[in-house]
Amino acid sequence: MSSESNGAGRLERAALDEKTWAELREIADRYPEKRSGLLPMLHLVQSVEGRITPEGIEACAEILGISAAEVNGVATFYTMYKRKPVGDYHVGVCTNTLCAVMGGDLIFERLKDHLDVGNDETTEDGKITLEHVECNAACDYAPVMMVNWEFMDNQTPESAVQVVDDLRAGREVHSTRGARLCTWREAERVLAGFPDDRADEGPAAGPASLAGLAIAREKGWTAGTESSKGESK
Amino acid sequence: MTDTLTPVLTDNWDADRAWTLASYEERGGYGALDKAFAMTPDDVIATVKDSGLRGRGGAGFPTGMKWGFIPQDNPRPKYLVVNADESEPGTCKDIPLMMASPHTLVEGVIVSSYAIRANTAFIYVRGEVLHVIRRLQRAVQEAYLAGHLGTNIHGSGYDLDLIVHAGAGAYICGEETALLEGLEGRRGQPRLRPPFPAVAGLYASPTVINNVESIASVPSIITNGAAWFAGMGTEKSNGFGIFSLSGHVTNPGQYEAPLGITLRELIDLAGGMREGHELKFWTPGGSSTPLLTPEHLDVPLDFESVGAAGSMLGTRALQLFDETTCVVRAVLRWTEFYKHESCGKCTPCREGTWWLTQTLARLEKGQGDEADLDLLLDQCDNILGRSFCALGDGATSPISSSIQHFRDEYLAHLTHGGCPFDPAASTAFAPVGAPA
Repeated sequence: MSSESNGAGRLERAALDEKTWAELREIADRYPEKRSGLLPMLHLVQSVEGRITPEGIEACAEILGISAAEVNGVATFYTMYKRKPVGDYHVGVCTNTLCAVMGGDLIFERLKDHLDVGNDETTEDGKITLEHVECNAACDYAPVMMVNWEFMDNQTPESAVQVVDDLRAGREVHSTRGARLCTWREAERVLAGFPDDRADEGPAAGPASLAGLAIAREKGWTAGTESSKGESK
Repeated sequence: MTDTLTPVLTDNWDADRAWTLASYEERGGYGALDKAFAMTPDDVIATVKDSGLRGRGGAGFPTGMKWGFIPQDNPRPKYLVVNADESEPGTCKDIPLMMASPHTLVEGVIVSSYAIRANTAFIYVRGEVLHVIRRLQRAVQEAYLAGHLGTNIHGSGYDLDLIVHAGAGAYICGEETALLEGLEGRRGQPRLRPPFPAVAGLYASPTVINNVESIASVPSIITNGAAWFAGMGTEKSNGFGIFSLSGHVTNPGQYEAPLGITLRELIDLAGGMREGHELKFWTPGGSSTPLLTPEHLDVPLDFESVGAAGSMLGTRALQLFDETTCVVRAVLRWTEFYKHESCGKCTPCREGTWWLTQTLARLEKGQGDEADLDLLLDQCDNILGRSFCALGDGATSPISSSIQHFRDEYLAHLTHGGCPFDPAASTAFAPVGAPA
């Protein structure tokens, strides 16, 4: 098959290498029934190919003994799987109600304008893919932005612009509640079940996660233990 | 007398490197295993039944009873699947739990799997939380190396494998049978029930699916006893739960308290609503639970009382909105979410959520007329109870409840010729005291 040009102006290529085939088989073998591996296998395809490619679909189908159409049906169902090349950094701005009201809508508008892209589009330098995302379970840190599925908590339009500018300039950026940001492809490899050994980066919890606990500590409130249980509710 | 806040699941979140095995074991972690292994599996189930623990993923079904439905005479393997697909708008408790203390969940998985006699368990975690997945992967690896997972755990003769499975972006996979489809490598569409998963779930085998917080509560129940747990909460809603406050409150965050605490108490703990503003509407348990208003501030947040107030306790996802927020804008956005996330399997939800969005969008722009409110309610009537799963039902909750409580605000959009609110005033970065 010939090379094709993608939207980011890079050349990408062809058949999956032996290592990838071996790793796809390894994923399938983790499960009592191989087909259970399909979701992580597609994450691996994205980490290698930068998107879901026909070659990746064929490989999954062959390993699992199902049709390419079945794999395609799955790949098109889940929003994390991308048909177009994704930039080095996938920037997701939560515009579900709570984050939108708290400023997510303004952040998303500012980033579209600043990066000169629309929803689900990639900057010309291939660095940033911008997308509005649904609730990412961090509402106590609203408005929330995700970069390669790492939390960027309590954003403003200005802080969000700073993040994407730093990323485009190649500066190191850390999640507000996680690790140093890796590339989207590296993140996809972790989702495929190949750890990158960076679990120890970042804090255990952000400040909002500890809000109630801090009050309980201050007041000396506890749930007690078996021996201290009260008789009445 | 129970304390106002009762940190159990959140109690170690401020510990140094709380996510590590060393930190967890230092505080007695994995101590519930030997206690459980000294009991018969049936006795573990009985203890969880006696505790009164009800599912923490929204529906509130008694956890021990669910476990008891597993037919132990079925020769097929039994499976435990943890629903870690936390995606209900407003819900943000399981993700920080797994980030800060993944071992609490892993320990719960081991005890729960032992109880239902499963030798393989899965954590189905949504894919959009990279660092949480890193911490889960590490915790499982550490647990294997320490002999808490694998073969002959703690010399008990019990074997368990635990697989962390990352999803790929689909709210519907929080529905337990859609989750099983995803875990089987298929499109995440709900299954017809019966058969229920307890009889024919994963790989057509007996399967228990429980929420993260439910499973994470199990070790504390085994360690401290059913009476300890049942001693907290209200008559039919026992124990504690994590209450997640978000939105226009001074200190949003996680507050672990006995069920039955009120929103008024929680807002007080959280430093009040943001300065210069007051509560306008709120969700008790995510966007699928009907909106409530300040008149419900003293409703005990337990399953029965919130139900009696016309909503549902759900996941205790308390999204708080002040008077700067346009309720029509809020409801439209949630409705667009349900439209996006509808799996397409059944007609009322697939088509209905599009109709709802169109009708609402027109109203939000100040177009259409008052009859559109009746049209919306009619559409809701044709979705609620007629959809294949609860997603369709949930889509109608914000609409029907907002028309009930805020009909005038819909009409104001018509008289104003559009939204009368300034969206900048509702943001977290609006100047203090900015007018609505």
